[in-house]
Amino acid sequence: MDTADNGTLSIKNLSTHFFTRRGIAAAVDDVTLFIPKKSVVGVVGESGCGKSVTALSVLRLVSRPGRIVSGSVSLGGEDLLAKSPAEMRQIRGSRISMIFQEPMTSLNPVYTAGRQVMEAMMIHGGTGKAEARDRTVEMFRAVGIPEPERRFRAFPHQLSGGLRQRVMIAMAMVCRPSLMIADEPTTALDVTIEAQILHLMKELQETFGTSIMMITHNMGVVAEICDYVYVMYAGKIVEQAGVFELFDDTRHPYTLGLLGSIPRHGSPKGRLLGIPGTVPSLLDLPKGCRFSPRCDRAERYCSEREPEMYEVAPGHKVRCFHCSGGSKGGSP
Amino acid sequence: MARYILKRVVISVPVLLGVALVLFLLLNVVPGDPITIMMGEHIKPALVESFRARMHLDDPVLVRFVRYITGALRWDFGVSYKLEREVSDLIRESLPHTIKLTVCAALVSWLIGIPAGIVSAVRHNTLADRFFMGFSLLGISLPIFWAGLLMQYVFAFRLQWLPVTGYYSLRYYIMPALVLGWSSAGAIARLTRSNLLETMKHDYIRTARAKGLKETAVVTAHALKNAMLPVVTVMAIQVAGLLGGAVMTESIFGIPGLGRVAVNAIADRDMPLLQGTILFTTGIVIAGNLAADIICAFLDPRIRVE
Ligand SMILES: Nc1ncnc2c1ncn2[C@@H]1O[C@H](COP(=O)(O)OP(=O)(O)OP(=O)(O)O)[C@@H](O)[C@H]1O
Ligand SMILES: [Mg+2]
Repeated sequence: MDTADNGTLSIKNLSTHFFTRRGIAAAVDDVTLFIPKKSVVGVVGESGCGKSVTALSVLRLVSRPGRIVSGSVSLGGEDLLAKSPAEMRQIRGSRISMIFQEPMTSLNPVYTAGRQVMEAMMIHGGTGKAEARDRTVEMFRAVGIPEPERRFRAFPHQLSGGLRQRVMIAMAMVCRPSLMIADEPTTALDVTIEAQILHLMKELQETFGTSIMMITHNMGVVAEICDYVYVMYAGKIVEQAGVFELFDDTRHPYTLGLLGSIPRHGSPKGRLLGIPGTVPSLLDLPKGCRFSPRCDRAERYCSEREPEMYEVAPGHKVRCFHCSGGSKGGSP
Repeated sequence: MARYILKRVVISVPVLLGVALVLFLLLNVVPGDPITIMMGEHIKPALVESFRARMHLDDPVLVRFVRYITGALRWDFGVSYKLEREVSDLIRESLPHTIKLTVCAALVSWLIGIPAGIVSAVRHNTLADRFFMGFSLLGISLPIFWAGLLMQYVFAFRLQWLPVTGYYSLRYYIMPALVLGWSSAGAIARLTRSNLLETMKHDYIRTARAKGLKETAVVTAHALKNAMLPVVTVMAIQVAGLLGGAVMTESIFGIPGLGRVAVNAIADRDMPLLQGTILFTTGIVIAGNLAADIICAFLDPRIRVE
């Protein structure tokens, strides 16, 4: 992106592979994704489609046997893949921070909540202990932790799941990053807490102007908070659109399936449509379109050639032959 | 915290009493009269009788047990049959040697075992890892007497760097400490490695990395404190075990420590001495476990509350 300004994350043709004993798993396969400044961008898909690996690739924290094999990741025009390990550490936690799915296990059980949040600031901010302490307490208050002074001294096991996730958010926000990656931040929480946390994130995003990469498999979360959405399937982006466009003019059969799996007004009570079949193994991907074996609109050519991304409207792209625009219902 | 420690201390009292009772029953109630065993079959009956009376051996077992325990609490374990001296004095004389050996061996074990375990975990599946793990396996599996004799041959006989046996200065303790320390270092290194590897898989390690911490800080500040919990327990138990007397090492290197006293007591069928040393050792082992529990509670806040 040529107009890249300070907050923009740009991922281009990123591929991250896992070199396992049973073969090479392309967990992220040629993914291109932009997160403009001050926006909330969703990445959705079923379990195992490569959402977390994409996020970890941005921070260059993919662990062995995984490795980024090609592509580029840049933040505000700076190439992150070219950074030295020391430069990369400067970026982690200060310019890009990350919240994880499991608030129960993402905090170190032997240190107090306050200490763990302070730590981030003390490595990056060069602040003294007293100042870091004050700002941590202030941040605890900002993320809606009641009695922040007392919670500062609490150990993780003394906090509820919702509070721990708030501590994680405080940790992620305390250095005022330009991008916060939230990897299913509410999956482990119950519905009312989920709504509170999403509300909080939206609020922080507006006050601090932080962009958010919101990873989820829940279309409800997407509708709640995202401006723009990428839908991933088996390591590839299969559809991308603005959030209203995606819900109103859904094109990819997989996205339709995902939307079908959230209960909505008007749909028969408690019935989840879902998607038949299961996610294919990355070590044994189907030929042609990866979704074709589960797709109710699949034609013969779908399992012979892989579709490209077709632009169906400005800012709305779909990887499906049935959406290839000009040649309607188009055969390749 | 104070309550937790108090609770642990209180719990260990019945454990100690229980062990003491079992020990007492084993040594006193099992068939075979200690006097005849001790003095041989051909002793005059009158002499046996006077001996039994002097040792109060005709009282009921429970009475003797209570008398024994109340004595032990006053640091009185009775008189050695064979040496005709206070058991407590014999323990007190041998203890400094055992303590010196224990401290040296524990230092060797920790200073080698913990760093070796950390390096092996951080660089696992590399040459360094293989080397340290091979070294540990050797330490664990080589019999003490074999390693001891080998060292004596190499360092004392061939190279003549160190004295063969004795206990006259710290130099005499180098070889026994290395032999003992090597075998405990092996266990410590392997345990540290496996625990650290396991800990490094936890989500909070990923959190620490995502915060921008250096890898050394991730390992030392975030992983090690969690990984050391089980290692600390083993370390404490090892030290307690060493304090109870390293029988084999003491014999090979001629150190008159607790282990030697106990072995001699067995050879001489010296019941009061044997009983005293075993009870003393048991007390140390229980104290070691107690110390481990308390250290772990300092390391892990989750233990403190329950
Ligand atoms: N350590 C690993 N070794 C081998 N393959 C891995 C490893 N980690 C991830 N993968 C592969 O990467 C794929 C994507 O994993 P990822 O964690 O990104 O999924 P996800 O979309 O985040 O799913 P979830 O919703 O369950 O979190 C997995 O299907 C798996 O095949
Ligand atoms: Mg994930």
